[in-house]
Amino acid sequence: MIEFKNIHKKFGKQQVLHGIDLKFDQPGIFAILGPNGSGKTTLIKSLMGMVHPTDGEILINGEIKKGNEYRNNIAYLPQIARFPENLSVNEFFDFIENIRGKGQRKEELMTAFGVHDFASKKLRALSGGMRQKVNLVSALMYDTQTIVLDEPTIGLDPVALIALKDWIRNEQAAGKTILLTTHIMDIVQELADEIVFLLDGKVYYRGTQQELLQKTNTPNTEHAIAQLLTLKKAS
Amino acid sequence: MKKVFKYCFLDLIRSRWTIVYLLFFVITCGGLLYLSGDSSKVVVSLMNVVILLVPLISMIYGMMYMYQVRDYVEILLAQPISRKSIFGGYVLGLSAALSVSVALGILLPLAFYDFQQVLSAQWLMLTAISVLLTIIFSILASWLVLAHENRLKGFGLGLFIWLLLAVIYDGIFLVLLIAFEGFPMERLALGLTLLNPVDMGRVLLIFQLDYSALMGYTGAVFEKFFGTLSGSLIIGGAYLLWMGVPLALLLRKARLKDF
Repeated sequence: MIEFKNIHKKFGKQQVLHGIDLKFDQPGIFAILGPNGSGKTTLIKSLMGMVHPTDGEILINGEIKKGNEYRNNIAYLPQIARFPENLSVNEFFDFIENIRGKGQRKEELMTAFGVHDFASKKLRALSGGMRQKVNLVSALMYDTQTIVLDEPTIGLDPVALIALKDWIRNEQAAGKTILLTTHIMDIVQELADEIVFLLDGKVYYRGTQQELLQKTNTPNTEHAIAQLLTLKKAS
Repeated sequence: MKKVFKYCFLDLIRSRWTIVYLLFFVITCGGLLYLSGDSSKVVVSLMNVVILLVPLISMIYGMMYMYQVRDYVEILLAQPISRKSIFGGYVLGLSAALSVSVALGILLPLAFYDFQQVLSAQWLMLTAISVLLTIIFSILASWLVLAHENRLKGFGLGLFIWLLLAVIYDGIFLVLLIAFEGFPMERLALGLTLLNPVDMGRVLLIFQLDYSALMGYTGAVFEKFFGTLSGSLIIGGAYLLWMGVPLALLLRKARLKDF
């Protein structure tokens, strides 16, 4: 269970998060959406301890988040897939496993995303899509209750995209809590149980896809999100 | 910290730039040894190269590497490991890889030329000063990277710090000595030397090479200071401070920073 309580974040003079209150106490896929600069990544990074909130607290299973150990139970996929250039893919996985212990699902994921084909190559020699596959394996190889995916589909080919969606569905069926940010609405429509829409650092909407479609009277999620933005601009 | 250090060192030691750095010293040191045939003279020539180039390369290469680390450090920050371990490991790995390059670059050609010389005090001092300057400037480079997201500003400040400590400082030093030549300046000169790790390295080497007589009365005061136990302790302390203070600033920045 993850709870954000009144989270504020200021970078210099710029206020990015304005008192976010969110609770994820059920398993499922939660799509965190919003235009560029709405605070999605800052919110996720504050959960991972990369950003220190100016105010507010984050609770994990009812306790205030502290130390580093809590990250053992969270898998995090960063938005940008960059790595140490002179290490091979296998050495990079060893690096992460050396820190965190054996990745129980590494082999399974490497097969699913076809990483075995380039596992001995140096990371600097990989294309953007290959890097994203390495990113996915290193993030998802641990069996954690919470999974945080920041733009997971960037650069993936159709085969890998299908593999990723299947993987996410299996995790959903296994009762995991998955937080997902993306700009690709087809993925949201296909996978998300609930939508959290952030605007100017505040939670502007939270509810199921069905409720959102009814509320905005639109045929699909893409139009519904566009409608939300238009309504906000008009107000 | 050990785990991060291990993979950082592995990453860096394979980098072509680290190998180029090693080869540069192998060629320079080997070339000077075989051309001049007098290892004492080569130490002096190498001293001038080391005093200027080691801080410059450690600063620029250190910043280039740490800005690259900055791009992927989120993957490590998402693991159950402290920021101190991550950045401590990286600074250690960076310093170790560059130190190995410069130390091997100096000592390998010497070992081939005359193995007995490897253990001579002047060559060991030259290597030790190179390693100390590498560590100090690697720490400064890493701190600047964490303190400045803007790479242009970071590199600008890094180059300025190098220019200040390796070149401008001596100019100011000289102007002070000339302006107050009527006064006893020996203690001030000693104090100013201790405030700059590059100058401290240069003076330590000069005294190791017995060129202090060229410095007149100031040289005698310096020699007396460097020859005593308290003098050695103060120099050791000054070098420790030059490593410890930037390292403390770096770890503080790492702890408070938003990534």
